[in-house]
Amino acid sequence: MTTETKAPLAEVNRVIGKVRPHQTQNERLVFEKSAPGKKAYKLPPLDVPSVDPAALLGDAVRKEPAGLPELSEIEIIRHFTRLSTWNYAIDLGMYPLGSCTMKYNPRVNEFVSRIEGLAEAHPYRHDEYAQGILDVIDLLQKCLIEITGMDAITLQPAAGAHGEFTGILLVRAWHESQGNARKKIIIPDSAHGTNPATAAICGYQVENLKSNADGGIDLEALAAQVDEETAALMLTNPSTIGVFEEQIHKIADILHDKGALLYMDGANMNALVGKVRPGDFGVDVMHLNLHKTFSTPHGGGGPGSGPVACKRFLEPFLPTPVLYTREDGTKHWEYDRPQSVGRVRAFFGNTGMFIRALAYILANGPDGLRQTTEDAVLNANYIRKKLEDLYELPYKTPSMHEVVFSDKRQAAKGVKTGDIAKRLIDYGFHPYTVSFPLIVPGALMIEPTESESVEELDLFIDAMRSIAKEVEETPELVKSAPHSTRVSRLDEVTAARKPVLRWKPE
Amino acid sequence: MAYPTNYRYTREHEWISVEGKIGTIGITDYAQNSLGDIVYVDAPKVGDAVTANATFGSVESVKAVSDLFSPVTGTVTEVNEALKTEPDKINSAPHETWIIKVELANAAEYDSLLDAAAYEKFITEEQ
Repeated sequence: MTTETKAPLAEVNRVIGKVRPHQTQNERLVFEKSAPGKKAYKLPPLDVPSVDPAALLGDAVRKEPAGLPELSEIEIIRHFTRLSTWNYAIDLGMYPLGSCTMKYNPRVNEFVSRIEGLAEAHPYRHDEYAQGILDVIDLLQKCLIEITGMDAITLQPAAGAHGEFTGILLVRAWHESQGNARKKIIIPDSAHGTNPATAAICGYQVENLKSNADGGIDLEALAAQVDEETAALMLTNPSTIGVFEEQIHKIADILHDKGALLYMDGANMNALVGKVRPGDFGVDVMHLNLHKTFSTPHGGGGPGSGPVACKRFLEPFLPTPVLYTREDGTKHWEYDRPQSVGRVRAFFGNTGMFIRALAYILANGPDGLRQTTEDAVLNANYIRKKLEDLYELPYKTPSMHEVVFSDKRQAAKGVKTGDIAKRLIDYGFHPYTVSFPLIVPGALMIEPTESESVEELDLFIDAMRSIAKEVEETPELVKSAPHSTRVSRLDEVTAARKPVLRWKPE
Repeated sequence: MAYPTNYRYTREHEWISVEGKIGTIGITDYAQNSLGDIVYVDAPKVGDAVTANATFGSVESVKAVSDLFSPVTGTVTEVNEALKTEPDKINSAPHETWIIKVELANAAEYDSLLDAAAYEKFITEEQ
């Protein structure tokens, strides 16, 4: 027994299949666990006339079984429950993944979203019988419009990048209505990779804008770049290095002078809610991430939700349907909108997330949301202060809701940001965001959110300080991390160069 | 690693060597080192037009996808097919591993690029 527990975990896993805690236990693929004839269902006797599928469907009828795994119900339950215990979640500890705002998903959200009348509301129900859920959607829209300072909104997009896509479709539709769709979209080099992808998908050329020494927008460079073929600037504010763009008004003016629009990526809205409103600082169109800023589940398929808010002049182009209130106070979906870019999502969007986000907004109220923003900024700056003597701070400008270090000092010892992140797993934390934004070589991007107590922040800081010490004294320990996980360091390079994308029977 | 003195360089970390009207383009040692292990190279096709300072493809490493910027304007005459299966060659021999060859439309563009000494000074400042 002693010799076995001392053996490397991989070896132990090879020898032992059952008598270990499930977190470290082997679990084969569901296909490999299959045995012919097992099933997890029992159908009642047929009480309707049987039909011959081949007669109805002809060649479309499958000749061979589909090759689906055959398991009993408890085997399926155990399989997925075991897999779930290999995961890391915000419910297990701090999740400081920068730019992702992995905040706590309050239980009250889950309670409210399970209220039968809301949870069971059918999207095909007639509007007059769906007034409850429509009230929820309407109130959320009003709250988000107030928070952003915009004039109109669509809740349809399924997540952030989908919101960007919808927003840039609005930009394009508006320019087209002015007689020229224009050719290019300017994107700072600190942007999320989804920004250039969005612009390209919407048929625009992407022009890169270099950040200035503070990591912000260089006004002169921008002014030189914006012309009559510029459709928009896509800007994240605060930027991806967690710095608020103080010259945002001037940026908006430079664009508007040439008839170009300002798109704001709302990924970092958690630093602004209740403090400043994008609509007040010149933004024409933006998206929000309900799964970031508004506490709906993030990751694991969420699902996400990426509402797009815009100024009045873009409203006619919003996706259909749009919610409106009749004179009698009842709410209805309006489909007859000739200038609309069309539908971007089935039905009305990820409605379950609307209920959760509204619960979050109402539970906090205006003062609570403002406090949330302040705490998020305070937490990030607390970490910054407590780590800046050990980790290089490439931009000294004040941090907002996240702080970006670089691995410059650790890299001198041959330890890179990815190594430090993997070592952090051994300390019980989810890694921070690695190697992003690209304008910081070897970035460590840390976003604690307001959810963390000072006690949890101190644990994280202790872990980061301890790792910095290990880098000095035993760098190999960090470079070969993680050591306490079920599987040790994976070969990312081979996984990317020679990916095995599907299981095949032997 | 030494930067060949018979090459010219961009501030986006591409190198080019020119023989006659044909320019051979790759990325520098500094670029491959910043990117880390390269897993995929997205290059244009033979006959495609490339424009100076505009993107002509991308390299994907374990860390990130980065655009490739053309040092010159011209037409692609050859693409290094070996990179499809061995993108890591760029990591092991960045200055010998070319990505595309281009027939130059304007030879003067070459002269305006950084020489090895100026490029080395540039990357020292960038670090």
